Amino acid sequence: MAYNLNINGRSMTVEADGDTPLLWALRDILGFKGTKFGCGMGLCGCCTVHIDGVATRACQTPIESVGTSEIDTIEGLATSEPGRRIQRAWLDLEVVQCGYCQPGQMMSAAALLTETPDPTDEDIDAAMSGNLCRCGTYNRIRDAIKYAAHLDATTMEDAR
Amino acid sequence: MKHFSDRPQAGLSRRSFLLASAAAGGGLLIGVSLDPASAKEAAKQSFVPNAFIRIETDGTIILTMPYVEMGQGTYTSVPMLIAEELEVGLDAVQLEHAPANDALYAHPIMGAQETDGSLSMRAAWQPMRQAGAAARMMLVSAAATRWGVDAADCHADNGFVVHVKSARRIGYGDLAAAAATMPVPQQVVLKDTSSYKLIGTPQKRLDAPQKVAATAQYGIDVSLPDMKIAAVTASPVLGGQVSSVDDGATRKIAGVRDVIRIPDAVAVIADHWAAAKKGLDALVVTWDDGPNAQFSTAQHMANLENAAQRDGVVAVQKGDVAGVFARAERRLEADYRLPILAHAPMEPLNCTAHIHDGRCDVWLGTQAATRAQKAAAAAAGLPLDRVEIHNQYLGGSFGRRAEADNVTQAVLIARQVDYPVKVIWSREEDTQHDFYRPAYFNRLKASLDGDGHITSWFHRVVGPSPLARWLPIAVQNGLDPDAVTSATGPYELSDIHVDYVRHEDHSFQSGFWRGVGTTHNVFIVEGFVDELAALSGKDPLEFRREHVKNNPRALAVLDKAAEESGWGTPLPEGTGRGISLLQDFGGTILVHIAEAAVDKEGAVRVSKITSVVDCGKIINPDTVKAQIQGGAIFGLSAALYGEITFTDGRVDQGNFDTYAAVRMDEAPRVTVHLIDSGDKPFGVGESGTSGIGPAVANAVYAATGKRVRQLPITPELLKS
Ligand code: FES
Ligand code: FES
Repeated sequence: MAYNLNINGRSMTVEADGDTPLLWALRDILGFKGTKFGCGMGLCGCCTVHIDGVATRACQTPIESVGTSEIDTIEGLATSEPGRRIQRAWLDLEVVQCGYCQPGQMMSAAALLTETPDPTDEDIDAAMSGNLCRCGTYNRIRDAIKYAAHLDATTMEDAR
Repeated sequence: MKHFSDRPQAGLSRRSFLLASAAAGGGLLIGVSLDPASAKEAAKQSFVPNAFIRIETDGTIILTMPYVEMGQGTYTSVPMLIAEELEVGLDAVQLEHAPANDALYAHPIMGAQETDGSLSMRAAWQPMRQAGAAARMMLVSAAATRWGVDAADCHADNGFVVHVKSARRIGYGDLAAAAATMPVPQQVVLKDTSSYKLIGTPQKRLDAPQKVAATAQYGIDVSLPDMKIAAVTASPVLGGQVSSVDDGATRKIAGVRDVIRIPDAVAVIADHWAAAKKGLDALVVTWDDGPNAQFSTAQHMANLENAAQRDGVVAVQKGDVAGVFARAERRLEADYRLPILAHAPMEPLNCTAHIHDGRCDVWLGTQAATRAQKAAAAAAGLPLDRVEIHNQYLGGSFGRRAEADNVTQAVLIARQVDYPVKVIWSREEDTQHDFYRPAYFNRLKASLDGDGHITSWFHRVVGPSPLARWLPIAVQNGLDPDAVTSATGPYELSDIHVDYVRHEDHSFQSGFWRGVGTTHNVFIVEGFVDELAALSGKDPLEFRREHVKNNPRALAVLDKAAEESGWGTPLPEGTGRGISLLQDFGGTILVHIAEAAVDKEGAVRVSKITSVVDCGKIINPDTVKAQIQGGAIFGLSAALYGEITFTDGRVDQGNFDTYAAVRMDEAPRVTVHLIDSGDKPFGVGESGTSGIGPAVANAVYAATGKRVRQLPITPELLKS
């Protein structure tokens, strides 16, 4: 059946079973390849998107459950100010290694900053522990979140 | 890649094993061999370059090189070598993935086109700088000729050749065509290290912008016209075969297109992976488990221990170990065990294949493109030159993507359909069908003299040999050099016996895992050395110092680590400090000092890691730090959680709930200090992983008095 999804501010139609995880609708049907697959069980955070601003695992989100909620993917991250801060910080602090987990990390981090503009270590632990990184970039992710929180947005260069 | 087809004949410099010619499109093409042996080969005129620098007429500099980027920063550090000598900024160099071709891109040490063993930088260091320098000299000559001035009065500066006296300058792009007609310099003059602008300075990773924008394409992201997507289930037992498939329910699922059976797996192909996976879950498959249906890790570990009764193939024999040991007053014997490990790269294995018009195209991220090509050719029944590998970014690998089983499988599936098919493994499929780091059993004996010096050292390594499968020629007379690497550590010992007993149960596939042989032996040696330190009554760091007295680099690393970690200063109740020292990967020396506490339930919490590394010449210090930090976390996951077990031939673990990894809230701060010691670089990518298990195990001992002789360090282990 057909579902209308609101993705990065645009309405898009997906023709699939209602129990299809949003992750695969994004990746395989709509072509948003930035959202990654790592576990399919809500254990790794690679597939993190924002649904109405909340960091959500797309692999655990059937398309029939989304309704008219706003879905934001990594492709739209730079349109929000916290998103731009996070991407800038990720570049300035050289966070990435293989990079595969990083879209999910950045989505979780941007949601954290939106909610908590100046997060403590405990806030970061709570928001980020659902995102695995097998390359072990955690120290830099933590530093980059704090750095992003204190970036001067007016002088910030676009990460792209 | 058309510049390969018009590979030039002229301009070969026999001394420098460089080759230059006009590139397609009119620029300058420099070919370089990353094989040190090519110097000799060049004299025989059979020199074949395997990396290319192309300077186009618009000034673009393009590097084609045989190494892949899997997070370790090679795509930044190798271009730095060229940019340095060419006198351009790092941002002026662009990279192209090299196509699979063993003849052109074979790794000089591994003998095939591979990125592993922390070898890339060691191989690239000299020839890549020479290539950059030769290109610079040819550009300078071209400019001098054009201006009718002495080349000695010209110099290269940031993409231009400058003649100061006449205040003239001209860009590389304008010179590229003329430079290609210049003779290759017989004497390539490398820059003096003191004038380096890039090497040794922190440089931004060239792959970071794409990865931060999430536009970097990994194997799993490949998309082709008419492509369909498959989920797959392979025999849960190694050597098993499909015996029956009922796909009635599967074929009713919306989006499912085909159900394909190959001897040891079944694939469901659909419009998208969700439909394919749903179809796979609805499939009823029965298996003929084959000969390994009874295999268990408990049996395997017992077999390894039994095999330790046999004498092994001798790796090191010096002095009279048995005699010294028998006569010694203070002696220690211990058995150490290591579990089977999976790689669990973040991007599950996948491979896209298309067989069409008598050709086979394959897309994946691979560490070993030519292995992938051979596997595809065999599975497709086509000659090698009909198979093309399209390499992509690797979402982690750690050794896993050096194998080609996913290629064989995808091509066998693709043979049965007429469209491109992308086969994506579930996380469970990935965990359960790995080429595992094998388990090892180790028997150690050592003695001390009255001053607390080691007087004899016996180390027997028992385990499977991935190398014997991978590179049979490297295993001479039954001795697997990888299995015994670092088996005595860097220690200055007099009476030594190291041997290797190969034991295989052939019931699971073994392969290389980050840190290769070093990773297992460092845990054992550093644990046992710590036990000997305790027996001698000495401080563990001081005890190590006394056994590397003639190794100034190791002493410097130890001393720096002591200072930076606050070694010897008081710690909170219940917290201990543990140390490990290693010297391997060509010469890298690394000390980790871990601080760890154990709670009432027996859970280990590592709060801090201080690492000091001397990896010879440092190319990109920030990448080195990132590799040590990441390697330490990777090693910590294995030390605390990593264990694959088999029951009835099947892997018991599946997803990240049962094969866990360290997360943000458990990740200690890893502070890395670098010592730059010299004129050539050693391997870095794997060193950080190898020493972390023993540092943590020794910290647990310092905190609790409990010796850890096996991994992972679970609460059950600490309670037993
Ligand atoms: S793929 Fe969704 S949490 Fe791992
Ligand atoms: S950067 Fe590789 S998994 Fe996080």
